[in-house]
Amino acid sequence: MTIVNYDPRLVKTKNPYPKGPNDWKRFFSFNTDAKVIGIQYIVTALFFLLIGGLLGMLIRGELITPPSDLFDPTVYNGLYTMHGTIMLFLFLFPILSGLTNLLVPPMIGAPDMAFPKLNALAFWLVPVFSIILLLSFFVPGGPASSGWWSYPPISIQNPLGKVLNGEMLWIIAISLSGISSIIGAVNFVTTIIRMRAPGMGFFKMPIFIWTVLAAQLLQLLGLPALTGGAIMLFFDLTFGTSFFRVEGGGDPVLFQHFFWFYSHPAVYVMVLPVFGIFSELFPVYSRKPLFGYKFVAVASFGITILSLVVWVHHMFYTGTPMWMRNLFMFTTMLIAVPTGVKVFAWIATLWGGNIRLSTPMLFCLGGLFNFIFGGITGVMLATVPVDIHVGNTYFVVAHFHYIIFNTIAFGIFAAIYHWFPKFTGKMFYEGLGKVHFALTFIGATLNWLPLHWAGLLGMPRRVASYDPEFAIWNVLASIGAFILGVASIPFILNMVSSWVRGKSAPPNPWKAIGLEWLLPSPPPHENFEEDIPTVLNEPYCYGLDKPFVEDEQFYIEKSLKKI
Amino acid sequence: MTTKIKRLKKKKFSNTFIIIFAVVLNIVISLLMGHWSYSWLPIQASEAAHYVDNLFAFETSIGTFIFLGCTGTMAWILVFNRAPKYDESNGEPLEGNLKLEIIWTIVPLILVLAISTYSTRVNYKLENLGSKIKYDFGAEVPFVEEKKVFDYGPIDVISRQWNWEFVYPNGIRSSELHLPINKRSNFRLITEDVIHSFYVPAFRLKQDIIPGSVITYSLTPTKEGVFRLRDAMFSGAYFSQNQTNVIVESENVFNKWIKETVKKEPQNGLNPAGRLYEKRLKNGNRGWATVKPAPDPKVNEVGSEVRTHDS
Repeated sequence: MTIVNYDPRLVKTKNPYPKGPNDWKRFFSFNTDAKVIGIQYIVTALFFLLIGGLLGMLIRGELITPPSDLFDPTVYNGLYTMHGTIMLFLFLFPILSGLTNLLVPPMIGAPDMAFPKLNALAFWLVPVFSIILLLSFFVPGGPASSGWWSYPPISIQNPLGKVLNGEMLWIIAISLSGISSIIGAVNFVTTIIRMRAPGMGFFKMPIFIWTVLAAQLLQLLGLPALTGGAIMLFFDLTFGTSFFRVEGGGDPVLFQHFFWFYSHPAVYVMVLPVFGIFSELFPVYSRKPLFGYKFVAVASFGITILSLVVWVHHMFYTGTPMWMRNLFMFTTMLIAVPTGVKVFAWIATLWGGNIRLSTPMLFCLGGLFNFIFGGITGVMLATVPVDIHVGNTYFVVAHFHYIIFNTIAFGIFAAIYHWFPKFTGKMFYEGLGKVHFALTFIGATLNWLPLHWAGLLGMPRRVASYDPEFAIWNVLASIGAFILGVASIPFILNMVSSWVRGKSAPPNPWKAIGLEWLLPSPPPHENFEEDIPTVLNEPYCYGLDKPFVEDEQFYIEKSLKKI
Repeated sequence: MTTKIKRLKKKKFSNTFIIIFAVVLNIVISLLMGHWSYSWLPIQASEAAHYVDNLFAFETSIGTFIFLGCTGTMAWILVFNRAPKYDESNGEPLEGNLKLEIIWTIVPLILVLAISTYSTRVNYKLENLGSKIKYDFGAEVPFVEEKKVFDYGPIDVISRQWNWEFVYPNGIRSSELHLPINKRSNFRLITEDVIHSFYVPAFRLKQDIIPGSVITYSLTPTKEGVFRLRDAMFSGAYFSQNQTNVIVESENVFNKWIKETVKKEPQNGLNPAGRLYEKRLKNGNRGWATVKPAPDPKVNEVGSEVRTHDS
């Protein structure tokens, strides 16, 4: 066996950049350091959050009045399609990959990811497909405008008949995004299974690692279906094949199966790491052990397995036979059980704690509050007769924004604030963080709570104009959306100014337990270098007098650079 | 010593009292919310509506109970368990409680079993969906024998980018859907291009219409009035214009309408998308690409674009 010797310069560098000093240029290079890649992902994704948010505000601008008066309806359709696509594939997936890259190696005591070059490749695909997607705004006929589902036949109608069209670029971008995610998933799963610190058995892993493992396995199981479906759609669109084309004997409903077989689990791919973030942060800010660690850990896999058998609930009214509807209603509702286990465990973790309402904790509490609400409307939507009424209306739009923004994005913001000092070495400004939280919570609630009623009254989703009786709910929603836009200002201000000139962060500002908190802030390139700690317990033993790692004092002093 | 035990007992008693009070209050609010939830929904105009609304009210009550139970506990914690400034000590180190964890696994399981059993029953009661038969797209729509019982029909529901047309058994064509009250009407749902969805909020019913398939569907309207029929599956540029009215009439009025409409000559029916597209062409065809709207349908009953609807 060959022994790899580290370049001594590399071990001594203050910042995680193997070939140079504290250099901002590393963020623009094909860097293989997971911590650099993590930040690359996060910053890119936040940029696209701004673009997607801008499109969202344009949508709400059109919908503030009943008639279609701001844009031509074709433009509206393109804008909402791109809003959804950008938010999912250019914001949420990349930012979660970013957090996973930052957190997985330090949390399990690994020096880096298992396949660093593959990791960099997965990231650099993001700007490639992002540019392809954005370029579609400038091709003749405009961007894809058949919704992020891209259901045929509408998606393969190609009105101008040109080979190069927005829909084609959309499919290419989505397929590349799928390839990037599959590469990432291979890397994450391998790293978690093979590179944990000594002593870290599965039931001593942080919950975030559990949820990442569950989510990334789900990527590997589900994504091939979507990517395959997308390639068939590409053939139908470009080469005139008939996988889904009715004129040639194809079946458009088949695409819906391919699409939802992945795209429903995709929601769990996004929400599971956020459940991990909740499980990490609640113990820290309530100074208590995570309630029922093992139940919470296993529940993640319960969600993974169930989420593979629920996709037909998106197709209750496509002509699906009765037995199938009843079966998928039942499997969908079953997901409420492992999810409930998690929610109750978090509340029990808070119970009797010593709660500190710092910015990350506020985002976690807000996210949990919204998630309970979104989960309940989710069970309503799983109920076949109710879904037949409210499916494809604004009730669904409101429900999934409650999950995807009001829960997932809240969890992401919590994570960004919580781990900001660790990976930048700087403290953020608490006051601005709280302003950001207040504006986000008010804006998000005002934006999506009223839309539930528009949906109950029968306002279909994806409309550019609507009957006047829905106006009141839409005016409220639009005001909320604009408040959300304003909320980005304190956030950007906070992140940029703190990183540039914030106070230096100590290794463990929150007095948290976890391997990453035993490292200096920011951690050196190879994290623990030669001294990988031996883990004795799961990282939630607040007030339990159980040691976390062997020789903890050594690592604390090392992180403070006393050794 | 005895006073301490007494005080503890007293504390325990007051805690139990608070919990009972909170649970009772939660139950009352949840029942009220369930009752209130009927007002969030449109007029009940079909036999499906009250089943759907009852189910929704039932879920609203359960949902409110769970939501307030969880968030009420969170609020309690935020009020009483806040750490004082500079206090960085730990809370009670509770690692878990097996009994509690089993309870909160089993109870939701029973709840979702109950809800899905209840709604499965509703599904079997309604049975709106008939059969779905594939045919050669573009060829003539085949005749499908409906095995389920119905009183009137079949009415062909033809959906297009972006207008609706209804063909009655005696051959008359209409841009609006006239239906007799309290009769189970049967439809053949047909699309000439992409997927559309037959959605009448007041009926609480929705069915996608799939190209290359003919789907049979039955429903019973139970209230006279004018109700919106909205395409609920995104169908392209003028999707939001793809709406028309369902007019539910007493049997006499309906029969009279059939008799009078037979005599009317076919003329151009409702096609708001066509008008908007003409306007777009006149303004220089700006905007992103779209397929051309289908031509105006030739119908005996034109209907009205400005008719006020009840829901």
